[in-house]
Amino acid sequence: MLLARHAEAAFWMARYVERAENLARLLDVQQVFANDSRDPGSWGSILALNSDEPRFLETHDVVDRASVTQFYVLDQDNPTSIVSAIHWARENARALRPLISTEMWSQLNVFHRRLQALTPLDLGDARLSRTYAMVKEGCQAHTGITEGTFFRDESWYFYSIGRSIERADQTTRLLDIKYHQLLPRGADVGSAFDIGQWNSVLRSAAGYYAYRRMHSQSMSPGTIAGFLLQNRAFPRSVALCVNDIDRGLNDLRSRYGLRGGSAALERVDELQAELNGRTIESILISGLHEFLDMFQKSLGLLGIDIARDFFHHEDIQSQSQSQAQ
Amino acid sequence: MSQPPTRSGLLRNYDSGEYYCELLGVSGNTHPIYETIERQLSTISEEELRNRAVASENDMFDLGITFTVYSEKSAIDRVLPFDLIPRVLSASEWEILDAGVKQRVATINLFLADIYGSGHVIRDKVVPADLVYGNANFRKEMQGIKVPKNVYVTICGIDIVRDQAGGFRVLEDNARTPSGVSYVIENRRMMLRAWPELFEGSGVRSVDSYGPRLRQALAETSPGANGDPHIVLLTPGTYNSAYFEHVFLAREMGIPLVEGRDMVVNDDKVYLRTIAGLRRVHTIYRRIDDDFLDPLVFRADSALGIPGLMGAYIAGNVQLANAVGTGVADDKAIYAYMPRLIRYYLNQDPILDNVETHLCGEDEGLAFTLDNMKSLVVKPVGESGGYGVVIGPRSTEAEIEDTRKKVIANPGNFISQPVVGLSVCPTLCAEGIEPRHVDLRPFAITGNDTWVLPGGLTRVALRKNSLVVNSSQGGGSKDTWVLLPEGGR
Repeated sequence: MLLARHAEAAFWMARYVERAENLARLLDVQQVFANDSRDPGSWGSILALNSDEPRFLETHDVVDRASVTQFYVLDQDNPTSIVSAIHWARENARALRPLISTEMWSQLNVFHRRLQALTPLDLGDARLSRTYAMVKEGCQAHTGITEGTFFRDESWYFYSIGRSIERADQTTRLLDIKYHQLLPRGADVGSAFDIGQWNSVLRSAAGYYAYRRMHSQSMSPGTIAGFLLQNRAFPRSVALCVNDIDRGLNDLRSRYGLRGGSAALERVDELQAELNGRTIESILISGLHEFLDMFQKSLGLLGIDIARDFFHHEDIQSQSQSQAQ
Repeated sequence: MSQPPTRSGLLRNYDSGEYYCELLGVSGNTHPIYETIERQLSTISEEELRNRAVASENDMFDLGITFTVYSEKSAIDRVLPFDLIPRVLSASEWEILDAGVKQRVATINLFLADIYGSGHVIRDKVVPADLVYGNANFRKEMQGIKVPKNVYVTICGIDIVRDQAGGFRVLEDNARTPSGVSYVIENRRMMLRAWPELFEGSGVRSVDSYGPRLRQALAETSPGANGDPHIVLLTPGTYNSAYFEHVFLAREMGIPLVEGRDMVVNDDKVYLRTIAGLRRVHTIYRRIDDDFLDPLVFRADSALGIPGLMGAYIAGNVQLANAVGTGVADDKAIYAYMPRLIRYYLNQDPILDNVETHLCGEDEGLAFTLDNMKSLVVKPVGESGGYGVVIGPRSTEAEIEDTRKKVIANPGNFISQPVVGLSVCPTLCAEGIEPRHVDLRPFAITGNDTWVLPGGLTRVALRKNSLVVNSSQGGGSKDTWVLLPEGGR
């Protein structure tokens, strides 16, 4: 039977890689925004991603492209940076080395080394896009190698559940930031400029063409939010991720005769009801931000449910927080 | 006398001087592999060899065959330098080593059973009582405890060198938690990839069965091991420099790699914390020292062990490999008595000689050591990893005086030995292929019987003229080939 500590490491390894990929996606699209934005303050909004603003301002005087990009890509002291995420993914992988494939370890190892070798030059105009592409590819290579080589035992389920939770969480964050970044510019709503920005939100989630196929006529913030939240076929939609969590938990319990996980399953049920039982219009009317905030909190509690039932540490709060950093 | 160099290619300037050469200085070695290696070394270009060496070390790095050096801010993974020119042992040489190692392991286990049991060896005055009972590694908790099949040392590594005449000599016994076997196996895998031509028709014995053999031995000595004991490997954790080896062995054996915090003791039984709750553990291959095993009995500040483990162990509900308290047998002072112990317990002559050893704790040995310090190697008894070793002929007057003071202050803490002109092996160095000193650590596994892995860790002192092969002191490693008997398959 799988060690509780290994289950936890698998769960977090997946989350950290997923987090790094999403951060690269978000920063990449922010780059596009900022390049044609008349609002240099837009870099500040990205700091709201993890409520990072106070921490950022402790060490930085200026909120601009260079400082924010450096903070989120290269800063090893920033626990929410890409290098930190991959560092922690690798440390969890190190603990999991007896279970993961050699290829998985090797790839993370090489990827980690490439990130360590990045310099501020790699964040310059000419190279930044390539840098983000490298991060995304590194994360996707990890995911692909894992899919192709990771033995499908209990640890695989914890890995998958961790990845789905993180992906759902990141999609809500992307939507939250961009929705509020874009909506207040009243004059621009519906203009070509605005549509262009929404296009890039979809592109950052690799959902632009899928969205086009589903909604060839309209391009409105509401339908885009609905697509990112509720579409059952889009791999980064919150609904699809929550379904995957549901299936993962059920399979884990039935295949391995585990009794734990019922609280987590109940919470997943509630999340599914929230997502599927409401139209996007009703969500928008009662407040998208409030909805997303509630959703993020529930995903956090879901992580704690899983930790309590399967990871069994005495001090669940502090442990999950330390990892979540 | 060195032979006049008659070789071509990379070996044209190779000269092993006064030292025994493991690869080329062997007269009467008719095995065709020596010719193959010489031919390969004469035809391959230095650039090509270097490229392959670099590629191998990069592979090792990427695959994580590394030891980790932690500093305050970062974790740096390092590769143990790997030399592509193998060290070869013929079938007849191996026959001697195999028998000698088995003899030594049998003696160590009998000695441990004796000193933790009735103590005949002390009453018969073969070994002074003080050297055993006063030894820092003697564990009084083990007195009167029964160990399954009297196997105290399941895994043993014996460090062997070769003198200028080509004779094997034991330098040190490692009966606690000997490490390095992962390199034996990974070096072979690396070699097969980097230089497959070298293996052509070679008849090199495989080193692949170590994991299954060890698992079998652990099962054979598991308490109540009828059927399928739950065996785990206990590591200090990812921060340990040998973590890669722990991962490697757990995988090779197909057993869980666990840390102290993953286990708990209830009612003198050991349990593993799994996702489904607690699961009973029967045998622990532990890679942490005695001192850290159980904070209730040994070091109270140890966070690596399991509180209550010793209680479970003494109750016979869990087996530890190696047993607690084996360090008393591989001490450098007890080492000096090994030839006598072999005769005492087995009534046999030692197959492998010791290096002549003077115990500074004895008047005679102390006087000899102080009189001949310039020509001796002085070693502290308790250290390992080559630390504190002073090689007389290579030391300054000041260093020798300093050592003299230390020895006089605490004679029991030192031994001295003559300088052994360790054998050499052709090794790729910055200047080309040069002789470098090597040693050998074969690994023996004991369950119902003792089995010696046909191979071993060959460590090589990469610094010119250095006799110290330890990885902490600039050492690397080589693949070690044990040949099948000629005509054998």
